[in-house]
Amino acid sequence: MIDTLVHLALVLALPPLLTGVIAKTKAAFAGRNGPPLLQGYYDLAKLLRKGSILPAGSTWVFLAGPVAGVAAPLLASLLLPFGGHEAPLSFAGDMILFAYLFALARFFTASAALDTGSAFEGMGAAREVAFSALAEPALFFGFVALARISGSLSLSGMLGSGPGWVTAGAPLVLVAASWAVVLLAENCRIPFDDPNTHLALTMIHEVMVLDHGGPAFGLVLYGAAVKLFVLSALFLRVVFPFNATDPNLDWLAFVAGVLLVAIGIGVVESVMARLKLVKVPQLLVGACLLSAFGMLLLAR
Amino acid sequence: MSGAFVRIRNGGALPLAKLPEAGFDAFRGELLGELAAGRRLVAFFAAPVDGAAAELWAVVAADGPGTLSIARTRLPDDRFPSLTPAAPQAHLFEREMAEQLGLKPQGHPWLKPVRYRTSWRPGHDAWGRTEGDPILPAVGDFFRVEGTEVHEVAVGPVHAGVIEPGHFRFQCHGEKVFHLEIALGFQHRGVEESLLGGPHRTTAARMETLAGDTTVGHSTAFAQALEALSGTAVPPRAQALRGIALELERLANHTGDLGALAGDVGFLPTASFCGRLRGDFLNMTAVLCGNRFGRGLVRSGGTLVDADEALVADLSRRLEETVKDLRGAAELLFATATVTARFEGTGRVDPATAEALGLVGPAARACGVDQDVRRDHPSGVFRFVHVPVMTAHDGDVNARAYVRWLEAQRSYDFVRAQLAALPEGSVRNAPKPLRPEHVAVSLVEGWRGEVAHVAVTDAGGRFSRYKVVDPSFHNWTGLAMALRNEEISDFPLCNKSFNLSYCGHDL
Repeated sequence: MIDTLVHLALVLALPPLLTGVIAKTKAAFAGRNGPPLLQGYYDLAKLLRKGSILPAGSTWVFLAGPVAGVAAPLLASLLLPFGGHEAPLSFAGDMILFAYLFALARFFTASAALDTGSAFEGMGAAREVAFSALAEPALFFGFVALARISGSLSLSGMLGSGPGWVTAGAPLVLVAASWAVVLLAENCRIPFDDPNTHLALTMIHEVMVLDHGGPAFGLVLYGAAVKLFVLSALFLRVVFPFNATDPNLDWLAFVAGVLLVAIGIGVVESVMARLKLVKVPQLLVGACLLSAFGMLLLAR
Repeated sequence: MSGAFVRIRNGGALPLAKLPEAGFDAFRGELLGELAAGRRLVAFFAAPVDGAAAELWAVVAADGPGTLSIARTRLPDDRFPSLTPAAPQAHLFEREMAEQLGLKPQGHPWLKPVRYRTSWRPGHDAWGRTEGDPILPAVGDFFRVEGTEVHEVAVGPVHAGVIEPGHFRFQCHGEKVFHLEIALGFQHRGVEESLLGGPHRTTAARMETLAGDTTVGHSTAFAQALEALSGTAVPPRAQALRGIALELERLANHTGDLGALAGDVGFLPTASFCGRLRGDFLNMTAVLCGNRFGRGLVRSGGTLVDADEALVADLSRRLEETVKDLRGAAELLFATATVTARFEGTGRVDPATAEALGLVGPAARACGVDQDVRRDHPSGVFRFVHVPVMTAHDGDVNARAYVRWLEAQRSYDFVRAQLAALPEGSVRNAPKPLRPEHVAVSLVEGWRGEVAHVAVTDAGGRFSRYKVVDPSFHNWTGLAMALRNEEISDFPLCNKSFNLSYCGHDL
């Protein structure tokens, strides 16, 4: 029970901090001070107090996008073990629900974008949907590999007990590399998308939410942060599947690990440029191949 | 050169008596001949005259041999056969004269307004609009590609960044751009119209605001035109200071562009550093004249400011420090594989297109077009100190970025050498009155390319026409061509690699 409460508290409260950590890391590389670490929270507080304008002709779908964008990742987080702690919910095959909750959120975000009738947003929706369709197999091949290693069909089983870096190191390296790409792609980070760009024509995710403002945009930002947090937690558990003896230490290690992942994302964003949009599918297919090979190595 | 065209020197003046009005057919034929022979159309404009529809003027440059020539003709009627079908360089110039004086170039393939304003001659309108009709910018026909899978994307005039207004229409097939049409004119201020009967007391200050980032370029071109018309000599020290200011302007803008290009591809370190370094170069101009953009620096006859020894030492020190940091930022940019992967092959313009459109400046040199006013038509300090011309060959974003970096290094060499050996003496000779019935051509290689001013005086020594051609006027079409068959997501990057002026075009 305590574990579940801590789990919920972390997933509700921590996500905006990750964006702050990424921004600080990037600022350090650029020789700037950067925004405060807690800027994500300030932004949310500001946006929630604002009014918002709905585009002419938009329907309830327009607002369903941000709502689903927050609800789905939060729900998905309940299936994921944080650090060494069991997930609050767990059943055989829950990783399929986990993956498609994100797809559900994307469906609503894309629908909300199309609901505005803007050419820009349709363009962004097309890009987002096309790229995520390519990222999905990478995620699933990884799940298959993990299921095979752990002999479990639930996320808690796959990730909970620290599957063998000793017995199956090579496939796990491939899966981790593939999921690192998925983590960046799904969260619209460089090299896939530039979350800081103001250039509508180059955007993927951001262009879909151009017309959202005020509390709705706050939800969009919060939902994106939660998604980043949850996927970082998933990635962290693959590369660092060890449990401490003390449960409190486990929570600490988990939080520190997630922040480290955020720093890693910040470093990647600082040292490389964005990919040309036509090259994005190539990298995603590469990620799929990596985890597919990880899976093949185990098929004997 | 014979017939209609007469040689003129950059920064030189010609009495109108020595430039007879050619017959229109001879004018048109010779002009087309010049352009077909690979010469560049520097300026092509109409001037209002009594007793006829207009006087047409053309200035043509041969960049290799470094000659300029000028011709004029009288149009009895509003209509004349368009030159554009044979010479694409004339495209925008003819649209401009149609709008300004209500002339009708017959057979022009795409005769649209340029700046969406009323004609200077009431009652004469190329599109038959009656007086009092509202003229809304960017409203009208746009090129359309038909087909069920083709879609149109309209961007602007209000953009997501803090930039100037312009409207862009893309005809796309998925992510691929078939065609881009650019509609500007939102910043039209009536510059050329207000110069009729000039120069006025405020003209010199207004010239500095034609395109704020090319303040030194335009103010030098204006000062040079006045000096040519009045026969005023400029002291060597003033020429050197003008050259320093011009190259500092180039350094500041090229640095800013490299940073902005890095920012567009999400490459943080160079973006952040160049943003600061651009400010450092602007501050050097401020140290020199009190204004970061070089306002109040260049005036007819010389400069308004002088630099004492302490100031020169301060500038030299700042220059060394700033360029050292710039070297780090730029070398990191070009050494980063993910950046060059993004730059290379994007927004390619082939040399033939660049020459056909008459592109100027770094955009042309990036296509291998070996052309630079400082070498081909030198004036001022550049007659004595030669700055090597930097070219690249691929005509893509990478080439345009790299040419900027190369030019910044040459500008650094120039400024350093000039600061080390500033000529002694005064910085300004009192300007004399303008000679009546003369024409002067004044070219300056601004950081964006050739800034061209052409001034014609009437019998009273006032401007009967003053033509300003900002490099952007030539190069916007180049951007549209660079986008053909490109990804629409690469538009911001291509746009930044040209970094053209909206207000310089709109005037």
